Amino acid sequence: MQQTSKNLAEGARELIAFRIGEQEFCVDIMSVREIRGWTPATSLPHSPGYVLGVINLRGAVLPIVDLSSRLGMKESDPSARHVIIVAQVRQKVVGLLVDAVSDILTVTDDNIQPTPEVSSELDRSFAKGVLAIEGRMICLIELESVFPDDESEAA
Amino acid sequence: MDMNEIKEIFFQECEEQLAELETGLLALNDGDQDPETVNAVFRAVHSIKGGAGAFALDELVAFAHVFETTLDCVRSNQLEATRDVVKVLLKSADVLADLTNAARDGGSVEEARCSELVAELEALARGEVPVSAAPAEEASAQEAPAEAEPADHDEAGFTPVPVQLDELDEEDGADAEPEFEPVPFSFDDFGAEGEEAASGFKIHFKPKPDLYHKGNETLLLLRELGQLGTLDVDCDMSALPAIDEMDPEGSYLVWNATLSTSENEEAVRAVFEFAEWDCDLEITPLEAVSAEPPAAEPMEEPVSDPVDAPIAENDPAPEISEPVEVEPAIEPIAEQPDAANVIDLQQAAAQGKDAADVSAQKTQARSTAPAAQATIRVELGRIDRLINLVGELVINQAMLAQSVAESATSGSSAVTMGLEDLQQLTREIQDSVMAIRAQPVKPIFQRMSRTVREAAEMVGKNVRLVTEGEATEVDKTVIDKLAEPLTHMIRNAVDHGLESPEDRVAAGKSPEGVVKLSAKHRSGRIVLEISDDGAGINRERVRQKAIDNGIITAETALTDEEVDNLIFQPGFSTAEQLSDISGRGVGMDVVKRSIQALGGRVGIVSTPGKGSVFTMSLPLTLAVLDGMVVTVGEQTLVVPLTSIIETLKPESEHIHGFGASGQLISIRDSFKPLVDVGQILNFSNTPTDPLAGVALLVDSEDGGQSALLVDAIQGQRQVVIKSLEANYANVPGIAAATILGDGQVALIVDVEAVVAASRNGALKSETSLAAVG
Repeated sequence: MQQTSKNLAEGARELIAFRIGEQEFCVDIMSVREIRGWTPATSLPHSPGYVLGVINLRGAVLPIVDLSSRLGMKESDPSARHVIIVAQVRQKVVGLLVDAVSDILTVTDDNIQPTPEVSSELDRSFAKGVLAIEGRMICLIELESVFPDDESEAA
Repeated sequence: MDMNEIKEIFFQECEEQLAELETGLLALNDGDQDPETVNAVFRAVHSIKGGAGAFALDELVAFAHVFETTLDCVRSNQLEATRDVVKVLLKSADVLADLTNAARDGGSVEEARCSELVAELEALARGEVPVSAAPAEEASAQEAPAEAEPADHDEAGFTPVPVQLDELDEEDGADAEPEFEPVPFSFDDFGAEGEEAASGFKIHFKPKPDLYHKGNETLLLLRELGQLGTLDVDCDMSALPAIDEMDPEGSYLVWNATLSTSENEEAVRAVFEFAEWDCDLEITPLEAVSAEPPAAEPMEEPVSDPVDAPIAENDPAPEISEPVEVEPAIEPIAEQPDAANVIDLQQAAAQGKDAADVSAQKTQARSTAPAAQATIRVELGRIDRLINLVGELVINQAMLAQSVAESATSGSSAVTMGLEDLQQLTREIQDSVMAIRAQPVKPIFQRMSRTVREAAEMVGKNVRLVTEGEATEVDKTVIDKLAEPLTHMIRNAVDHGLESPEDRVAAGKSPEGVVKLSAKHRSGRIVLEISDDGAGINRERVRQKAIDNGIITAETALTDEEVDNLIFQPGFSTAEQLSDISGRGVGMDVVKRSIQALGGRVGIVSTPGKGSVFTMSLPLTLAVLDGMVVTVGEQTLVVPLTSIIETLKPESEHIHGFGASGQLISIRDSFKPLVDVGQILNFSNTPTDPLAGVALLVDSEDGGQSALLVDAIQGQRQVVIKSLEANYANVPGIAAATILGDGQVALIVDVEAVVAASRNGALKSETSLAAVG
């Protein structure tokens, strides 16, 4: 990863691509802290359905969000094959439960197309754009809007 | 180290100096006669002024200067430190603290407040002075404004004194005209036993601009000299340029003094100890020099402005002034207090005190700044990181112990012994690391003395604060959160607790009320007590108020204690009219809640006519907590041990249905609501069978008790508190999280919120008391 970032062309940036069900998404690599396997989470009372609970990340309490559920798709049934992307969103560190991490993409802003007008839950509020890479469609997620600043919503 | 870091150090030092200042003034207020106390106070202000000058903090310097001048009068015994005088000095210390804070945080202090005090201070420095000291006094009163004037500090309350420079110009700086000689500048009055002086010294003193930049003042130095014997001072103004050629920050005056004294040269040099690098100083022993005619009035130093001292402006001072110049903040910090001590000791010796006295002073000087050489300043963030790491170590150690116990190697004595050693070490490390953050409550107690002063002033009462157990140590996290509830309770004691002076006299008490603040350790907790010798709680009025506010009905029978505890109810204030200091929308309920948020409890004992005692019991740290690990449904939860009174196994004859879904449990013939934790926290849909579970009897907000029903108790454990809010949010019903031996996160129950929810039927996030991890 470090190697590629050194060789980055001007204006290019790196994204981490991952899979949820049949769909592919990606987030900016700069916000990703680490990727780790699923461990059972301690559930939190009165939390929204997409908050799976909290796990111990080397002494810190890390909330785990089922990204599939958060994006309005079906709820995941977490298993050992699932992956947690630990990401920094503003001041907080959160874990995103996804099916699998697939790729590291190097793109420039030109590669990112605007989000098509769709009336799905995964509308413009989460998606920052879409990428067409080798025939695949990858949706760029904006974590800031997945976890809004307002804490009551994040809860 | 860049400028900002140096500045930060300066402000940290300021805080210490301000604390020292306040301690000293309070000691004076209590009748401390020790000259070293006055010296310490003076030094504190002087150091602040010096440092502030280096950073061009104009307002601060201007105020500190006036303050210092007045303190110097106290120091030189021209002004007696009576209660009234000390009161003004204390107020000045408050303003000085505010100005320091303003300088640091970019705020401002009301000009009126400053100028008022400046006027008072100047009046003190002028008036109430023995007649014999008058001339010099006048000089000082004149000099202060004159020195400050160029700095344009009129707004700080300086009265501009016409410095007749035009005439000076006309005269080309020649010998003084009669107008220049309004004050015969003679220091004889200061001479201790001037006449008997056998020999003396001729002193040639030529200050460099740096001397003034560092906040030194010629007058003070000369006055100091005057105390050694009979002094004649001659000001040589020949170097004074015409006004249009004058550098406002330059130094043009040269002083030739003849000192008749029995002291040795060392004592004379000691006077200039602070200044010797910033002046040309020649001290020649005097055989039989006839006293030079006391010449012209010592013109105010042209325009020495300590304020705008540009640090970069390096005077080509030959001597060792360089390091001082470059590190203005550090130098005085490291050296000054000690150096000052030395000076004072020498002076004490010079004044003929005997050796025992001196050594007594010496020890005292040491004790006022204990262990100054043995401390180290560390950023709090580093300590926090260390504490987090140790927390992890503790958890990992527990995990390791658990897996060893489960594995086949558990039989190996080497492994077991190694593990035991590790456990012991971990525990020791944890204790030591926690001790790093432990701090005495002294600073916060000192802040309270200011609160008392201000509150007393506002309500026109005469109040004395007595503190006890200032050295009691608590974790910094607790100290930081104590300030607000303490401030409020102190204000409350002054405003509501104490009667007016007239009422006190009528009740046969001293007009001066006493508020006592004490701290002590008791069984792993800190107990703070705030007591007043006021009238006690007016239970009739409290009761009536509670009825008016609908908190109780007229028929409710309450014990005295229960009535007293009503003041902790939300929206309760016994003041007939909301006064300035209470009624800020913050009641005792908020105090109670913030204390509870710290895992503490508040109690009150009031005796009519004798006063009230508020007792707060708090954990020593917020980083670890003693908890009861319980099982609720499939969850493992931790209930803070502090809120648990007892645990019991419910028997069927003790469980009583109450209405549709409520249940009560009878404990020794009193009925307590049974709270199903699993249901309230939404961990189980079906009600827990009380007979299969365990009940934890807990205290709840209004002093009542409830029984929390859980499935099973796993045991007691000390847990490291981890914040949920850091990465997530405040969770209703949950105070914080922790990590158990198996690495799993366990939630710490917010007992108050759960009990409250059992009454209201829903968890409200604003009632939840998030702990800090």
